[in-house]
Amino acid sequence: MNFGQFLLRRLFLMIIVLFGVACIVFFIANVIPADPVGAILGGNAPPEAVDRLKAKLGYDQPLIIRFGNFITGAVRGDFGVSLKTSNPVMEDIKNYFPATMELALVAITISIILGITLGILSAVHRNKAIDQFSRIFSILGVSMPVFWIGLLLLLVFYFKLGWLPGSGRLGFFTYPPPRVTGMYLIDSIIAGQWDTFKEALLHILLPAFVLGYNATASIARITRASMLDVLRQDFIRTAKSKGLRKNVVIYRHALRNSLIPTVTIIGLVFGSLLEGAVLTETVFSWPGLGRYITTGMLFLDYPAVMGGTLYIALIYSIANLIVDILYALLDPRMRM
Amino acid sequence: MEKTVKVSKPFMDDLKHTVFLWRKSRLTMIGSAIILIFLLMAAFAPLIAPYDPVHQDLQIKLQAPSWQHLFGTDQFGRDIFSRVIIGSRIALWIIFLVSVISGSIGIIVGVTAGYFGGIVDEVLMRITDMFLAFPSLVLAMAFAAMLGPNLTNTIIAISVVTWTTYARLSRAEAIKVKSQPYIEAIRAAGGGNLRIMFLHVLPMCISPVLVQLTLRMGTIILTAASLGFLGLGVQPPTPEWGAMVSDGRNYLIDQWWISTFPGIFIAFVVLGFNLLGDGIRDMLDPRLRR
Repeated sequence: MNFGQFLLRRLFLMIIVLFGVACIVFFIANVIPADPVGAILGGNAPPEAVDRLKAKLGYDQPLIIRFGNFITGAVRGDFGVSLKTSNPVMEDIKNYFPATMELALVAITISIILGITLGILSAVHRNKAIDQFSRIFSILGVSMPVFWIGLLLLLVFYFKLGWLPGSGRLGFFTYPPPRVTGMYLIDSIIAGQWDTFKEALLHILLPAFVLGYNATASIARITRASMLDVLRQDFIRTAKSKGLRKNVVIYRHALRNSLIPTVTIIGLVFGSLLEGAVLTETVFSWPGLGRYITTGMLFLDYPAVMGGTLYIALIYSIANLIVDILYALLDPRMRM
Repeated sequence: MEKTVKVSKPFMDDLKHTVFLWRKSRLTMIGSAIILIFLLMAAFAPLIAPYDPVHQDLQIKLQAPSWQHLFGTDQFGRDIFSRVIIGSRIALWIIFLVSVISGSIGIIVGVTAGYFGGIVDEVLMRITDMFLAFPSLVLAMAFAAMLGPNLTNTIIAISVVTWTTYARLSRAEAIKVKSQPYIEAIRAAGGGNLRIMFLHVLPMCISPVLVQLTLRMGTIILTAASLGFLGLGVQPPTPEWGAMVSDGRNYLIDQWWISTFPGIFIAFVVLGFNLLGDGIRDMLDPRLRR
């Protein structure tokens, strides 16, 4: 099978899966709740109010018609109007998503830098103090609840030490930069507002570190393992016996060859960042998509829940597709 | 009689070797110890907890840790130590039920897909893919929110998103088993599909699924605690660890203990499961075994 066929098959499967995903989302919001309108309005709501909300949500129509409307709407990117914000859900998503994307991008950058550094150091100084530290750091990273680390760091760095700002994307009195991408770090550079850039950067550091902690641990582990593999090989011994300096051997010869597994794991953890974003955004009051769907679920904002969940599943599937394509490009055996 | 002794000897050797491997790995032993403490804590919770975990006494609210209240008290004057101890029962209950439910769903879906193959396999595996297309926490949140957040629905929601791993695993196992000669022999003897599936193929899939279940127990606690923290899981006043961390959010500056202690217990138990899981994986790896 050549690469084009592989890509076509993969895309076709993704469309089927996405249709199924839409069915699950519809099922969750329309079949599971016994009395959705009553749950929103409470037991004592006057019948006219109930009827009005039913008509607004389309719940006065039979299930099959609603399903058809949902699917045709979803294809056009129309998820209805949010009950809480009174905006079209798609407009809300467009406003909230760049904040999540920005957080995820900074998080992955931090975890790549930290993870690869830790991985190299613990492979080169195997079983020494730095290796033990990195091992403990990694195992704690997968054991501690994300929201709890977030709260503790907030307590230390914001409430006690006062080094970093607490919550939100910017300080209370700062205007966001003119919107181009919706990501404040990039927009403030484009607008040349360096003070705003600095403020946005300080605000994003803590949540991004918390979000990236898990990813850092995975990247450090995989880099260490593949670095140890490469360091054992013959060409490294040759390089050493030629009398090259240790740093040249490590960084120019070994590192470059050991990064292939790291690149693939980076793709994989990027998808999982979406999941962590839900918790991190809640802890740091970060106005992103994760926070949007969480509030939507708490307030039974059905259109927001359906639209938001479907959108997250779409992004997640695209991330997985990119990882698969990368795999196929790196390893032809995977194109089966 | 002599024969049975001979047959069981390699098994005993194997067991001895497993115990030897277990004792050689210090981290695995630490993990086992943590889980043992967790189980004992849950078993004897009412005896250990000095106070009623839901009893409110506003006179003693927000007290710092002291000898009277080891972990302090929360905004309703409830003893946090008692709540954390009783909370271990809730965590254990969630782990147990989620494992049973998701393990059963996964194994039945997987065996059916693997045994019948063809169109049945294709349909069941595409359904599995659909569940895997969501970040699992987000899907669990959606289910929990729409079912109504409480303990039972937390268990249902987590089960609904975790069965996929076991389905894939037991499908692979079923495909391996179904082409064995002894299955052919049973069919020749007149055994029907259902009989072969449930009595002869399914039992072979149980042990890999059990191993995977123990590896995932830490994740189950984390998911349950995340749901509780977001307000979409077990509801107060039930002492669930994640919800307790969330309780203390507004008191973080001056009453740090409300959020801190339940979080330490989550991390501690998850750490135990992770260490034990790593150990089990290493012990079962034939390359590391000899």
